[in-house]
Amino acid sequence: MARLVGRRLRDWIPAAVVLVAGIVAWEGLIVAFDVQQFLLPKPSAIARTFWDDRSELWNAGWFTFQEALGGFAIGSGLAILAAIVLARWRRIGAAFLPFAIAANAIPIIAFAPITNQWFDGGITKSSKVAIAAALCFFPVLVNTLRGLTSVRPQDIELMHSYAAGELEIFRRVRIPTALPFIFTGLKVATVLAMIGAVVGEYFGGPLNALGVLILTRSRIFQFTEAWAGIMLACLLGIALYLSVVLLERLALRWNPSTSG
Amino acid sequence: MSVVELKGIGKQFDRTVALEGIDLEIEQGEFVSLIGPSGCGKSTLLRVIGDLIEPTAGTVTVNGKAARQARIDRDYGIVFQDAVLYDWRTVAKNIALPLEIARLPRRERNARVQEMLDLVELGGFADHHPWQLSGGMQQRVSIARALSFDPALLLMDEPFGALDEMTRERLNMELLQIWERAGSTIVFVTHSIAEAVFLSTRVVVMSPRPGRISDVIAVDLPQPRTAATREEPPFFELVTRVREALHLGHDRVEQAT
Repeated sequence: MARLVGRRLRDWIPAAVVLVAGIVAWEGLIVAFDVQQFLLPKPSAIARTFWDDRSELWNAGWFTFQEALGGFAIGSGLAILAAIVLARWRRIGAAFLPFAIAANAIPIIAFAPITNQWFDGGITKSSKVAIAAALCFFPVLVNTLRGLTSVRPQDIELMHSYAAGELEIFRRVRIPTALPFIFTGLKVATVLAMIGAVVGEYFGGPLNALGVLILTRSRIFQFTEAWAGIMLACLLGIALYLSVVLLERLALRWNPSTSG
Repeated sequence: MSVVELKGIGKQFDRTVALEGIDLEIEQGEFVSLIGPSGCGKSTLLRVIGDLIEPTAGTVTVNGKAARQARIDRDYGIVFQDAVLYDWRTVAKNIALPLEIARLPRRERNARVQEMLDLVELGGFADHHPWQLSGGMQQRVSIARALSFDPALLLMDEPFGALDEMTRERLNMELLQIWERAGSTIVFVTHSIAEAVFLSTRVVVMSPRPGRISDVIAVDLPQPRTAATREEPPFFELVTRVREALHLGHDRVEQAT
């Protein structure tokens, strides 16, 4: 794993240069054109607020991250189970798949105000976990299903020649074939989970939630504080995404496209 | 006792008759090639022997039992045209696959895999992944996997069809050496006349529409076969005989339609 990260370090230098240049340009342009703070604060000001309010931000971030993580785990877990059922019993799959694909196009986040009413008026984590889970469900379902059904017929024929049972074929062929697809779905889901949690909180939540923090601070014109909250949401989203990427690298070391 | 006994085999897919009236007996230690133009049902026949396709008529007996039982008892190993290796498994683990399914203890399994790697001369590639190997090497892994559980019968479906001529001839030699050492029975599907004659003790010539056996030619070339075998007159005579048998079968079909 150390080797995995070490080798990447040099590949990251160009991206790091772009990042630093971007921040410098942002700062410079705001100073040069005297941009009002409520339109766009300077990155240095955001960074200072980030540091000064770190304990409050951290609390809020952790609260929201738990919602996103819970939603991600529940939504993805249910989606993988559902995909297994749909792949195993094709009839059920044929009946449900069109709806799953159609549901994938629904802006689930639109339901956020209503789910808040379903779960304790939105005060606990449950409503955001539900939104995040629903958002994660469909991309993971569709990708997993595609993976489970994209097994080559000759791979199955070989297993039949060994008189292998359904379960054996599932474990030794279908799951390994599906894994790259599942990870594609999971990576999409990490981003959606964070969006679901934060946006869900815009429609109501406890004061120590990150979405509520961003919303209330921008309403009382504390834009640097709001921006610090947004930055934290970004960082948490990226952290969740990268942990799935790392897991993927470990799980798919055999794959030429991930080990390369 | 014959290893394979086919009686009145017929196979119909929807409205097309793929096989009709196939009778064939294959004895222990034989190397039998099935040759014929595409669509003559030679691959279907191989899968019928392996119980991967169920015939619509006739009976298949392998090692004195029904084909299904023989499959469950893992009496045969199969090699497909495409090596069918699992990319997520290393070479060694691909070879170990049938042994894992047969629940062989780990230590025995490892010993067996090592033996197979040596047999196909891939000792240094145990930890490689299939996509890191050439086509010829992949096919050798596939052969090692088929032989790993020491099956009495080896079914091969155009295993060298996708390889270049040089690699094919080298693997032909290797296969013959393996066949001699393992003492197994081989049923080999091919569309190369030279390959069929060089490898086999008997060549079964098939004709299409419907798939039938049109001729069975005994290949009495001396064993062991060497590179020189290909250059001797008896070899060419047999190649000519097989070719003529193929054309005869073809002409008969043309006249009938």
